[in-house]
Amino acid sequence: MSANRVAVVGVGQTKYTAIRGDVSLPGLLREAAYRALDDAHLTMDDIDAIVVGKAPDFFEGMMMPESYLAEALGAVGKPLFRVHTAGSVGGSTAIVAATHVESGVHERVLTIGWQQQSVSEAMWALSFPIPFQQQLVAGAGGYFAPFIREYMRRSNAPEDIGILVALKDRLNALKNPYAHLHEPDITYDSIKESFMLWEPIRYSETCPSSDGAIAMVLASESAAEASSAESGVPPAWILGTSMRSEPATASGRDQINPDAGKECAADVYRQAGITNPREQVDVVEMYVPFSWYEPMWLENLGFSPEGEGWRMTESGATQMGGDLPVNCSGGVLSTNPIGASGMIRFGEAALQVRGQAGDHQVDGAKVAVGHAYGGAAQFYAMWVVSSEKP
Amino acid sequence: MSVDPTEDRSVSVLPDGLWTQPVADVPGGDGEDPVRRLTVPAAMRYDYTPGLAQSRFLRGLAEKKILGERCPVTGDVYVPPRGVSPVSGLRTTEQVEVGPSATITAFCVVHIGFGVNAPPTPFVSALFLPDGAAVSLYGTMGEVSHEDVRIGMRVEPVWVDDDQLTTSMENIRYWRPIDEPDVPADELKGHM
Repeated sequence: MSANRVAVVGVGQTKYTAIRGDVSLPGLLREAAYRALDDAHLTMDDIDAIVVGKAPDFFEGMMMPESYLAEALGAVGKPLFRVHTAGSVGGSTAIVAATHVESGVHERVLTIGWQQQSVSEAMWALSFPIPFQQQLVAGAGGYFAPFIREYMRRSNAPEDIGILVALKDRLNALKNPYAHLHEPDITYDSIKESFMLWEPIRYSETCPSSDGAIAMVLASESAAEASSAESGVPPAWILGTSMRSEPATASGRDQINPDAGKECAADVYRQAGITNPREQVDVVEMYVPFSWYEPMWLENLGFSPEGEGWRMTESGATQMGGDLPVNCSGGVLSTNPIGASGMIRFGEAALQVRGQAGDHQVDGAKVAVGHAYGGAAQFYAMWVVSSEKP
Repeated sequence: MSVDPTEDRSVSVLPDGLWTQPVADVPGGDGEDPVRRLTVPAAMRYDYTPGLAQSRFLRGLAEKKILGERCPVTGDVYVPPRGVSPVSGLRTTEQVEVGPSATITAFCVVHIGFGVNAPPTPFVSALFLPDGAAVSLYGTMGEVSHEDVRIGMRVEPVWVDDDQLTTSMENIRYWRPIDEPDVPADELKGHM
C-alpha cells in the first residue's frame, strides 16, 4: 500500500450453522464483534468507525438492516458505512475498512460481514420470475454449472476433480471449529454418489446455506503495534488490496476465466511485490462455492497456467500438506453465510499469518491471499496479508 | 405481475428434505405449545417503466420478434438491449432483429424442481445465442432428452399461442432443436 500501513489486529467469528436460533441478529453480530475486539485487546470505545457488508437485502427481506443494527454494531455516534457488491461483499467490505485507516482518517476500524440464510431462501431470491426480464429458473448453481461444464470441455480435466476439491474442503472443515459442515464420514464415494443437482454439480460439491458473522479490527501502524503488544499476537500486515468488476453480459467476455479476476490478481500482486504467486504465497483462501471453482480460480489468479489448474488439485498441491494449501478452513464449500463468506476468506488469511488458525494452521505461513467473487462472476476483491511489516 | 397473496409458493424442492431449513423453537407461554414456524405471506406491486430500448424489445416479443441493438463502436448486437453498449458505454440506436434460430453456448442439466413455471425435472437450462446477436439469452430446452443436448446445438424458440402473446419474456415457452449441423464450440467463446 502506498499510504499509511494497515494491519489486522483482531478476528472474531461466530459458530456457523444452518440456523442460529439461540441469538437474534443483533446478538449474532455482537458475538462476532466482541470476539474480534477481545482478540485485539480493545473495546468498542476504541473503535473510530464501522464498515459493514452483507448480501443483497432481498435475500432476507429486510431493507437496510444496518440502520436498526447501529446500536448492536457499536455505531451510535460513529461513522457507519455499508458496502454492496453481492457475493464478493465480505472482501470488498474489508478493503473499504482498510482504506478508512490507510487514508489516515481513522486509527481503528471495526468491520463486520454477516448473513442469516435461515430466514430466507437465497435460491428463490436468485430465481424469482420477473416477466420483463430473462428468467433463470435454476438458482445460483444453474447459473454457474454451464460455465463449469465449459471449463471441463476446454481443459479436458478428469471428471472427478470436483469430487477431490469437495473431499479436501470438507475434511479441512473438520479442523475448523467454526465451520458449518462437519462431516467426519464423508468419502470420495459418498460425494460421487450424492444427488446430482445441476449436472455437473452434485449436492456434496455445493456450498451450504449458513447463518453467521465475522468481524475484524483493522488498525494503523502505531495502533496495531500497541494492540499487538497487549495481545502478544503479531498483526497481519496488509500488503495490497484490489477490487475489479466487469459487465455481466458483454461480447467477448469469458465467464470461465474472467478478465476482471485476472486484473484484480495482477494488481494486488504488484502492490505486494509478488512476481511468482505459486512460489511466494504460502496459503490461499479463495471463494469456491462450487467445487470446480478451485481449479478455475487457480488459473484465474495466476497460480497455474490456463487449462491446468486441475492438475494442482489432482496432485494434492492444494491440500494442507501441499505446496499451496487452498481453503484450509473448509472454505465456502463448508460454510456459506453469503455476506460474510468473502470476509471469512480475508479473515482466515489473516489468522494464518498471525499463527492463530489452530488445527488448520499452515506451519510458518508468512504470506496469505484472501479472495472473493460475486454477482455473475463479475465482482472481485482480493488482499494479501503478511506476518512481516512492509 | 399478478401475485395471489394467499398462494404458498413452493420454491425449490429436493428429495429427502435436502436443504430444508431446521425449524426454530420459540417458547410459548405456560402450558402453550411452542410456536415452531410462522409463514408470513408478502407481496409487492410494482409499476415498471422499462425505458426506450427495453420497451422496443418487449413490444417486439409481442410480435414474436427478438430485437437487439447494435454497439456503434464494435458493431456487436446486444439482446436484450439496455440502450447502451456494455463495452463502449455509448448509446445503441440501431435496432436489429436477431434469431429466431439460435445456438446453445452453454448449458446444465437441472434436477431441482422450481415451483414457478419450471419444467419437470430433469430439464436443461441453457444459454442461447440468437443468430446475429453477440450475447446469449437464458432459457430452457424442450422436445429433447437432456442427454442429447450439446454445446453448439442449433435450436429455435417455441412461442406461446398467438392469443397469449404479451410484452413479456414469457412469450418464449422454451427452445427446441432444429435439424442443422452443430456450431463448433470454440467459435462460441466470448458469446455466452
